[in-house]
Amino acid sequence: MTKYSAWAREAWAVFQKDLLSELRTKYALNAIVMFAIVTLSAVSFAVGQFAVGNDVRAAFLWIVLFFSAMSGLGRVFVKEEDASTVQVLRLAARSSAVYTGKLLFNMVLLFALAAVVVPLFVVLMALDVLDLVFFVGTLGLGIAGLAGAATIIAAIIAKASAKGELFAVLSFPILLPLLITAIGGTRKALDGVAAAGEFQVLLSYLVVMVTVSLMLFDFVWND
Amino acid sequence: MPMIALEFHDLAKRYSRRQVFSALSGSVAEGRSLAITGPNGSGKSTLVRVLCGLARPTSGTVTVRLDGMELLPADCRAEIGLVAPDMALYHELTALENLSFFAKVRGLAIGTAELRALLGRVGLGDRGDDLVGLYSSGMRQRLKYAQALLHRPRLLFLDEPTAYLDEAGSAMVSEVIAEQRRHGILVLATNEPGEVVFGDEVLRLGA
Repeated sequence: MTKYSAWAREAWAVFQKDLLSELRTKYALNAIVMFAIVTLSAVSFAVGQFAVGNDVRAAFLWIVLFFSAMSGLGRVFVKEEDASTVQVLRLAARSSAVYTGKLLFNMVLLFALAAVVVPLFVVLMALDVLDLVFFVGTLGLGIAGLAGAATIIAAIIAKASAKGELFAVLSFPILLPLLITAIGGTRKALDGVAAAGEFQVLLSYLVVMVTVSLMLFDFVWND
Repeated sequence: MPMIALEFHDLAKRYSRRQVFSALSGSVAEGRSLAITGPNGSGKSTLVRVLCGLARPTSGTVTVRLDGMELLPADCRAEIGLVAPDMALYHELTALENLSFFAKVRGLAIGTAELRALLGRVGLGDRGDDLVGLYSSGMRQRLKYAQALLHRPRLLFLDEPTAYLDEAGSAMVSEVIAEQRRHGILVLATNEPGEVVFGDEVLRLGA
């Protein structure tokens, strides 16, 4: 077994463990889904009857996704601290495998959420998606970037006493460039305009965020 | 097999204004054991956490050597096992799922039969498929031993080794300690006079 395949198996084991734990406890899933459904309903009742532009609709979609993510993604490290499992995990697994496994888990969680929320949003807000490829692509890259940033921020705030408040406060400035770009890309896709520039920015954000996180995580995790 | 050694030099730990311990130095060679003892709050558990790399000392160094060569902190993971009262395993997983997870993240190819045998060794042979959340405190302590021994660590740290355990559990711990003293290094932190005698050397804190 090569060094890299051993690392990949460790990261996969962390992902599998988190997924199994989540399926049994619904620790993050309940919070995310409930928040998303409530926000989606509020937005559709408040705005659905008015003829709003695609820029407003795109912004609402990302607001629902952002705040739903904030209500659940931070728990991936907080639950290890709260349950006192963090010590044994630190001794057993290498830090980069822990980060990657938890990043994968957050991505899967957020993609699952999007698979429920986005079709509902399209129906409730009577969206007419003119460029489906760019719409799905922008959502995919935006969600991956959101999960990438949220995972490292979750690791940072897990040791703080005011975890919940800090997560949203720290995440917002870091995620602002991603949100602005994703909203712009989504609006263009709804209008049927190619959002190639936004695509590049979102991809770059994802690559930079994951690379920097992998470099920083060891300090955060072992401090 | 290469010889392992644990060395610590001029260790000090301070939390805010409180000096937990200072100027601690010593070494433990393979086949030897160190018992850390002292009153409550003297820093026994903190010292164990510092020695096994889970906490940074305020000053001083901890070194693990393999045949005289200093190991990098990342390489020490494979040599260290820990049982401590303030650590927990995953309550939402079964005992077997816990051990299987830790085997995978440690890169060990261990089958279910071997894991069940390990659970049998710590007295949980017939409870491997139960959720850890349904275990008693003593059963959780036994499972911590199974997790700590999974990768046959050369450096075993035991903080309050017999906490929550019944007579049979204490006997199991005595076997583990005897085995470790033959094939590796044992560091234990305890207040029990009957456990302090397991240390070839005794370090008294807060004295």
